[in-house]
Amino acid sequence: MPVWLNEQQYAALRAACRQMLPSDQGVAGADEAGVADYIDGFLGAFSFDPPRIWAGGPTSGRKGGDAGFARFHRLSRLDELAWRTRLEGSQGLAEREFNGPVVGLQQRYRDGLAGLGEDFTDVDGKEQRRRLRADESFCVLLWEHCCEGMYGAPEYGGNRDGVGWAAIGYEGDVQPRGYSDAEVSEP
Amino acid sequence: MTAAANALIIGSGPGGATAAEVLTRAGWSVVIMEKGRNHLLEPDDLTRPAGDYSNDEIKFISRYFLGPDPLVEPRAFRRSADEGEHAHVGEVNSIPTTVGGGGTHADGKVPRFREEDFWLHSAYGPQEDAHVDDWPVGYDELEPYYAEVERAIGVAGREGANPFAAWRSGPYPMPPGAPMYGAVLSSAAAERVGLHPYEAPTAANSVAYDGRPACNNCGFCAFFGCPIHAKGDPVALLTKAMATGRAELMPESFVHRIVVEGRRATGVEYVDAAGETHTMEAELVIVAGGAIETPRLLLLSGLEHPALGRHLMVHFQTIVVGHFPHLQLHPQRGRAVTHVHDDAMIQDERSLAAAHDAGLPWMRGGMVEHSGGGLPIMEAWHSPWGRGHVQAMRDSNFRERMWAFIMQGEDLPYETNTVDLSPSVRDARGFPVARVTYQPGRHELAASKFHGKILQQVLEEMGAEWVMHTSSPGVSYHGVGATPVPESRHVIGTARMGDNPATSVVDRWGRVHSLDNVVVADSSVFVTASGYGPTLTLVALASRAAHHLAGTKPG
Repeated sequence: MPVWLNEQQYAALRAACRQMLPSDQGVAGADEAGVADYIDGFLGAFSFDPPRIWAGGPTSGRKGGDAGFARFHRLSRLDELAWRTRLEGSQGLAEREFNGPVVGLQQRYRDGLAGLGEDFTDVDGKEQRRRLRADESFCVLLWEHCCEGMYGAPEYGGNRDGVGWAAIGYEGDVQPRGYSDAEVSEP
Repeated sequence: MTAAANALIIGSGPGGATAAEVLTRAGWSVVIMEKGRNHLLEPDDLTRPAGDYSNDEIKFISRYFLGPDPLVEPRAFRRSADEGEHAHVGEVNSIPTTVGGGGTHADGKVPRFREEDFWLHSAYGPQEDAHVDDWPVGYDELEPYYAEVERAIGVAGREGANPFAAWRSGPYPMPPGAPMYGAVLSSAAAERVGLHPYEAPTAANSVAYDGRPACNNCGFCAFFGCPIHAKGDPVALLTKAMATGRAELMPESFVHRIVVEGRRATGVEYVDAAGETHTMEAELVIVAGGAIETPRLLLLSGLEHPALGRHLMVHFQTIVVGHFPHLQLHPQRGRAVTHVHDDAMIQDERSLAAAHDAGLPWMRGGMVEHSGGGLPIMEAWHSPWGRGHVQAMRDSNFRERMWAFIMQGEDLPYETNTVDLSPSVRDARGFPVARVTYQPGRHELAASKFHGKILQQVLEEMGAEWVMHTSSPGVSYHGVGATPVPESRHVIGTARMGDNPATSVVDRWGRVHSLDNVVVADSSVFVTASGYGPTLTLVALASRAAHHLAGTKPG
């Protein structure tokens, strides 16, 4: 079940992410990494307590230490104002419009996904890519978030089991193990 | 509300932390007011570092964990008044807004200035359009403070490695850390071209030091807080101050006005985490907000001076990138920069000839950092989407096969590069934000062109398949990197020090000429920028100012 998007929006988002990051010959893509879940979870960050904005620290547990990333930070009043405004938009609220109205990411995704067409999941890949490219602003936004969902820390909902990192031979977060001096200085 | 303290320090970054450490060591009590959140120290025991920092690209690069968030704390920018009220609103030279300030995200390069950096006017003479003046303090006077703060924060380096370095009274507190593979190659190439690379003096422990562990080379250095606190600036200073029991830390306390009566500040007005406004009385106010937020606060407080907010310098960055398809440089391992060279700051016949060709009496570049590409999300943003993406990421032309030089070019102090209050843009608390007006002058552009060609030559010598030369801010002749907003986090000037109250905002001790009990302890007070990162020098100056207040000497 998606966190914030409805089923139709989620299906369109998933198809769009699949075009941007297709799986190929056993190499993980957006589907395997859960990139759409990352974006949906981000848009619905305030559905969680604490909101899923900043994962904790100092270690994830993947290379030792405890699973601190899983403990998301609480937001301050100002943090919450910033992130609610960024996600939900200013919605005519005076406390969010001190420098004018802000269109939130939720609205941009609603509009962007709607712009892909109701039949987006039914058309072929070539047509899906054409429609994505037709809305450059949404395409840029989606790509930015696809990259985060593919290569960011798995605690945010994407890069499931580190498949994005594995696909490119990247180790991910390495604390508290780090790298040896030889690994830094030698080829 | 009365501060039960001898001094009220505004800002907990390197300058404020240093003042707090020196004053509390001398027996003073201080209150440190920081507008950002505390992710640096354990809330239940402020003498210990916290565990909030992590190897997390989303948190630190995409989501403003260290602040400022440009939605609630934006800045305005324009290149000149010709662009109207502003050309951009959002991130402008953003330095973290958090306990620890700019020290938290820096990769820890902390070079000292050289002797001539303090007396450029006497050494080389004036520059048209720029106010190149000598400082009222010189290197010899500052050296004991440099030495003290290097010990306090823990600096790794090798005495004698840099043939151009100023004299030192003693060795670095610890040896350099592991050199990055790419830096080994670029340093060798630089030497073949006749340059003099050396291990960058770095405030990241190469060995366990002062209760903090050695850096374990995780690679999340520049723009990240250190998860194990191997970076000493300013966590070492703040924890020492807190351990005296004479420091109180007030995060999420935004000071928007210094209350002044005649020649004295009587206190400050601030907004707390709940948005409530308070007044706190103060015997002495130390302002350490950095070269953008400090003039903003002084202007919000009604201070008037013709030099206040002027002579902003940011380091015009020359960026030369080489591509090495046959190498895997793994720059994501280790400190972000392990080697630098200073040759571009040395006047020789070639650079003087280039200056004269550009119609300048002299010109200086800046310290050149040897560094590599970024992390996976950053690389992916610049990679194509679709079928070819994963292969492009595996080829990793940006992250693994790119090496770069970044020259932190010396900006001259121009009266027209300024910080003032935006007439219309507000922060979320309702106060006018800082407006930066900045563009490089002929000196910066000429130095970038001349030294950029030398750096291209080094990368070619290193074996680059192709080399690209750009800058930040972007300028038209490069054709790339075109954003006019400088990326530099080195912000300098705007409340310059001097003996003449008519031409300088603060005196040789950082005290505001027109106010007997307000001291500025950050890079605002710099008279010229040098081409070195400002942190160690601003910290040494803050130490000197605090020792002067307390009547103590560096030890």
